[in-house]
Amino acid sequence: MADLNKLSEKTPENELKKHIGLKASRTIGNTAIYILLVIMTIIWLIPFVCIVLQSFRCESTYIVGYVIPKVWGLDNYKALFQTDFPIWYRNTLITALCVSVLQTVIVLCMSYTLSRFRFKLRKPLMKFMLVLGLFPGMLTMIILYRVLKDLGLTQANAVPGLILVYIASSGMGYYISKGFFDTLPKSLDEAARIDGATRAQVLTKIILPLAKPIVIYTILTAFMGPFGDFVFARYISMNTSSGMNVAVGLWSWLTPDQVQYKYTMFCAGGVLVAIPVTILFLCLQKYYVEGVTGGAVKG
Amino acid sequence: MKLYSDLEYLKLSKGQKFLYNLKCFFAAIPRWFANIGIAIGRFFKNLFLGIGRELKDLVTTFIHGDWKTKVSYVFMGFGNIARGQILRGLLFLLFEAVFIFYMFIAPTGGVYWLKKLPSLGEIGPHEEYNEILDAYTKVYGDDSFKILLYGVLTIFFIIAFIYTWRVNIRQNQTAEKILATGKPLKSGKDDLRSLVDDQFHKTLLALPVTGIMIFTVMPIVFMILVAFTNYDGAHNGFSNSLFTWVGLENFNQLLSFSDGNKVYTAAFGEILTWTLIWAFFATFTNYFLGMFVAMMINKKGIKIKKFWRTVLVLTIAVPQFISLLYVSKMFAQNGLVNGFLLDLGLIKSPLPFWTDPAWARITVIIVNIWIGIPYLMLIATGILMNIPQDLYESAKIDGASGFQQYAHITLPYMLFVTGPYLLTSFTSNMNNFNVIYLLTGGGPDKAWASAAGGSPGQTDLLITWLFKVTTGTDSKYYQASVIGIMVFIVVSLITLIVYGLLPSNKNEEDFQ
Repeated sequence: MADLNKLSEKTPENELKKHIGLKASRTIGNTAIYILLVIMTIIWLIPFVCIVLQSFRCESTYIVGYVIPKVWGLDNYKALFQTDFPIWYRNTLITALCVSVLQTVIVLCMSYTLSRFRFKLRKPLMKFMLVLGLFPGMLTMIILYRVLKDLGLTQANAVPGLILVYIASSGMGYYISKGFFDTLPKSLDEAARIDGATRAQVLTKIILPLAKPIVIYTILTAFMGPFGDFVFARYISMNTSSGMNVAVGLWSWLTPDQVQYKYTMFCAGGVLVAIPVTILFLCLQKYYVEGVTGGAVKG
Repeated sequence: MKLYSDLEYLKLSKGQKFLYNLKCFFAAIPRWFANIGIAIGRFFKNLFLGIGRELKDLVTTFIHGDWKTKVSYVFMGFGNIARGQILRGLLFLLFEAVFIFYMFIAPTGGVYWLKKLPSLGEIGPHEEYNEILDAYTKVYGDDSFKILLYGVLTIFFIIAFIYTWRVNIRQNQTAEKILATGKPLKSGKDDLRSLVDDQFHKTLLALPVTGIMIFTVMPIVFMILVAFTNYDGAHNGFSNSLFTWVGLENFNQLLSFSDGNKVYTAAFGEILTWTLIWAFFATFTNYFLGMFVAMMINKKGIKIKKFWRTVLVLTIAVPQFISLLYVSKMFAQNGLVNGFLLDLGLIKSPLPFWTDPAWARITVIIVNIWIGIPYLMLIATGILMNIPQDLYESAKIDGASGFQQYAHITLPYMLFVTGPYLLTSFTSNMNNFNVIYLLTGGGPDKAWASAAGGSPGQTDLLITWLFKVTTGTDSKYYQASVIGIMVFIVVSLITLIVYGLLPSNKNEEDFQ
């Protein structure tokens, strides 16, 4: 009641509302929001516009304080192919493709099992993985490097080594897809079981077709992971150019002694890497949003 | 302190309520620690009771079992084979054969590694006279790394063997029981079929769990052990001298305030503080601004919602190393931002975005907003759409202002639903390597702390410090291990404490 009385009081704000009417005040509010959104859009896009513009700059290769190139051209893109960039690109693509397939299989196995089966070790296993997750993953890098080195999977052969490291522990990232499987009604499984399907048939014939969104989400995130990974990729390739992925390779161009000569080439390389990944992401955006929102709510 | 009943509590004013809650919070802290202690105590009690029970069971099974069971105590799987379960029996037997071969027969087998484990090797690499070459050549002796690694693996293997042996005896026990009732035992064919049916979970979990065991559990155990050695670049155990156990020495160095280690301790304290500050701001700025943006886009009457979302989502789509590295160069001394501001005449000299500690810290947090808001926006959009609209309508009828609606409906609902997410995003921000390392590389320099190892900078988090310690010139692996363990302790303490406070645990019925 107190609030109602407040509204009928003669405050300047209420007077204003009476004057211009509810519709008009909403228009003002919406205009303010539009202005804010446009400003945000500009801020969000500036870096991407700048990197594209600077990748076409031909007059100099170092960092400058202006955006619009004075001399336009494709020199930077051409120069990329004189370097190890194509090798890095190939390494990253191979890694990403292998990881996206294998990691999806592993994550789905893990999450489906933890969602659908009730066995004695289920709770202990989940708790155990929760505790494991609290350790910084980077800690394991030292020993994994030594072991991979003894196996001959580092430096020039870093790609298979990296794939192994990425997929081996991917079972720990089961939370989001488990959340999805939890939402599929259990009666589906039971009906199929009564009709005589084995557990394996239930998974392949009933659950997987329904799980398309989460399968695509898992593939997408698994594919994008290797494009962004820097730590393991750098440590395992250990300064050997032919074993690097794009992240490590392009990063090495921005070190203080290289940045003078390679800055615009970094921009060009960045554009070439970002375009396919971004297009892929935007096409599958719907599934990503579903996965992220579903996963966050369930924790 | 005085505890209020529900009625008394409702009578309090807002400030009093807040004070009361705060008091309750701090009064509960000793209880948490007590609870943790009790939980640990209970764990060990159950462990010992369990072991006792198992031993008793083993003895009674041996006494009451038939001769097939008794032979199985020595030859695993004998009972299975004798009772017609050939497949199971052979697998058990094979496992036992492999175990015995590895432990006792193989030249560098289990016993060899276990014997060396206490010393981590005695003869390191040294020079020996070689008659053929007529010169002194380098001879590689023990390798401490391998001794520790295989020692850990052997212990894992022994535990696995004991477990399998126990399963083997239990199977004899159940087989006897089943046969006594006159029912047939499962054949090998049944066993195989059950792997895609009743026991399908074992098939599915085999690969992922093996991967986690080998590539996560084993390395973590190994690295925890490294914290108790002097393993570093100068003692790598193979090409340089051996490393050995040093007990709690490394932890002493970190936690003692003696003159020699003052720098180390102070650097650790400062980096930990910054890590917590960073995690707090990174989490909550993103959370509230992301929610705000989501509400703006969701508002009725705003058009082309999809366009706004797509623009923001670009920062998720573009690989982080490109966007972050590029932005870090944009804010450089000679970068675009400074160039632009200089051209406009707004500043006389370039702003010290990455060279001044305070500027660097604030810039990192602001750039993180740019990276993080879109993610929160997506999550918040999904949740906001789920809030029942009638709540807002009735609030409007009661005359609640927009802010009141937000504070009493939207925010509590969001906090309730995203509580666990907030916690995990806080801890993952503590370990947010990419944003810090790609933006600043940890800099600007913190000159006084360079003696602490890994030369940490002003914006270094514990995790980037760990990376620097590992990859730095002196590669102090033991120090990296100590830092890693500290990160684990801090993160798990925060998780334990906050988890108990989450509204989603307390009043689960509030929004249902």
